[in-house]
Amino acid sequence: MTVTKKATKSKKRRIKDPIEDKILYAVTYTLVFLFVLIVLYPIIYVVSASFSSATAVSTGKVILWPVDPGLDGYKAVFSHKRILTSFRNTVFYTVAGTFINVVMTLIAAYPLSRPKFQGKRFYMLLFVFTMFFSGGLIPTYILMTQIKFVNTIWAMLIPGALSVYNMIVVRTFIMSNIPNELLESAKMDGCSDIRYLVSIVIQLSKAVIAVITLFYAVGHWNSYFSALIYLNNPKLYPLQLVLRDILVQNEIASNDFKSTAFMEAKQNLAALLKYSLIVVSSVPIIAVYPFAQKYFIKGVMVGSLKG
Amino acid sequence: MVAIEKRSSRKSWVSVFKEQWQLHLLMLLPVIYILIFAYYPMFGLQIAFKDFKATAGIWSSKWVGFKHFSTFFHSYMFKRVIINTLRISIYSIATGFPLPIIFALILNTMRGMRIKKFVQTVTYMPHFISTVVMVGLLMQILSPVTGLYGSLYRLLTNGMYPSDIFGQPKAFIHLYVWSDIWQSLGWNSIIYLAALSGIDPQLHEAAQIDGATRFQRMIHIELPGILPTAAVLLIMRFGSVMNVGFEKVYLMQNSLNQSYSEVISTYVYKVGMQAGSNNFSYATAIGLFNSVINCILLVLVNQLSRKLSDSEASLW
Repeated sequence: MTVTKKATKSKKRRIKDPIEDKILYAVTYTLVFLFVLIVLYPIIYVVSASFSSATAVSTGKVILWPVDPGLDGYKAVFSHKRILTSFRNTVFYTVAGTFINVVMTLIAAYPLSRPKFQGKRFYMLLFVFTMFFSGGLIPTYILMTQIKFVNTIWAMLIPGALSVYNMIVVRTFIMSNIPNELLESAKMDGCSDIRYLVSIVIQLSKAVIAVITLFYAVGHWNSYFSALIYLNNPKLYPLQLVLRDILVQNEIASNDFKSTAFMEAKQNLAALLKYSLIVVSSVPIIAVYPFAQKYFIKGVMVGSLKG
Repeated sequence: MVAIEKRSSRKSWVSVFKEQWQLHLLMLLPVIYILIFAYYPMFGLQIAFKDFKATAGIWSSKWVGFKHFSTFFHSYMFKRVIINTLRISIYSIATGFPLPIIFALILNTMRGMRIKKFVQTVTYMPHFISTVVMVGLLMQILSPVTGLYGSLYRLLTNGMYPSDIFGQPKAFIHLYVWSDIWQSLGWNSIIYLAALSGIDPQLHEAAQIDGATRFQRMIHIELPGILPTAAVLLIMRFGSVMNVGFEKVYLMQNSLNQSYSEVISTYVYKVGMQAGSNNFSYATAIGLFNSVINCILLVLVNQLSRKLSDSEASLW
């Protein structure tokens, strides 16, 4: 009797928000709305500008929606030779680099996840120490010149082939999600360690493999630092480095285009081109984002575990 | 007895290795990788104490002791890069640390699942924009002529053109920090949202029965609930207070704002890599000085937090 009374009472209270709560909700909803607006507005603005006409952009007529809609910006982007080459390079670096990353991460994470692996502590120390201390820019550069990686595609693929942080994420996942009994029974049936990794561990860790694949891929797609340092052959440049030239350093030459008439006809194309370029270079990532979102969040969660 | 035990354990060491050779084989490639690309450069750090000559190589260049360090400590750039680095770092922490917590708390008060999902999807998105695009976007939008800022300014002032924000040295730090918050506020709140969802709902119910308002519950239940997480993140952040990333600063730098934007990492790059200087030893010395400070800070800060909270908020 008293229990039900209490229950209805508390229910009543929850339904009828006190006035303080109403104020709080009003404030929080307003703040969230404002923040969403702040995040969305520049994005919408850039997309709108990219679909406007060159004159509208260069005279600053775009405020929210496209003005004189057209595809001039995109036509310019897709006839810019350096952008096309670098786009292809980046796709290659991302696919090949991510493949190397994932393989390296798995073959390091699996042995270290085995509780009775001899030398585990030594190996862990070896890896974890590099998270806190490194040789730094110049000694690494000297190494790269010594092994002749400078100005080759290897400079984009091999340094950073293994992220210790991601390796620990995978190791933690394997340790807490794959029961040890599975290993014992597989051993009983004569399964070797490598076979166990390939046909059991990898099958059961698809979620975490998806997470690190995405992290690595986004990292490759977005990085410009190693290209800036190790590459000076424009044929090998990744997209981000060409983006830097165009977006940040304002280097747009009319001979970059397949037909020079294109650029000369539209002197004020530069600003429009930048907006379209921002969209084109970000679309691949934004496109996978809705599908990948839950994996990304999972990745942050697994990574936050201690271990 | 002891001898027998010793022998048997020794024997088992070999037999364990025989049993586990495949695991060691798997580790081989990652270990070789880490030795070459992480440890070998650490040996290269010795050029900080030498006068590196490309022709002589790392090992046979001449030792000069702490010459490069003392040159750095006495140069006018020393004070400038340290102050700029700390200024940017501390400003970033002061804004970028509390805001995700507040955002997570606020988001947690929203009651519709759908709208919450929508807000999360939108606010996480900028995190995936690359640094180059982010800086390009900032420059485009703030452009006095072709950008949003210019357009709005003209709209409000009857066609006057604003001055260029990127040309103002003092604007640099605000642009740097607030664009970072725009990009990562939502993303950085994920971890707090997870901590919030781990709070026992019975606490909320009990407080509600006692007549606590939503705001009181936020302060007295939710805030303490995410405090341990926040403490760990703050420690990590302070451990890297002398570490301002190269990529974004370098892109946002121009000749006008250099007095405020030159940080340690960009200075190392300019001294070591940029055409005309190529002073490898000097740049290495600056970089080494920086990473030693970073290490010390991390250990200190971790020690401190271990004392303050009974090992709850320690990294190791």
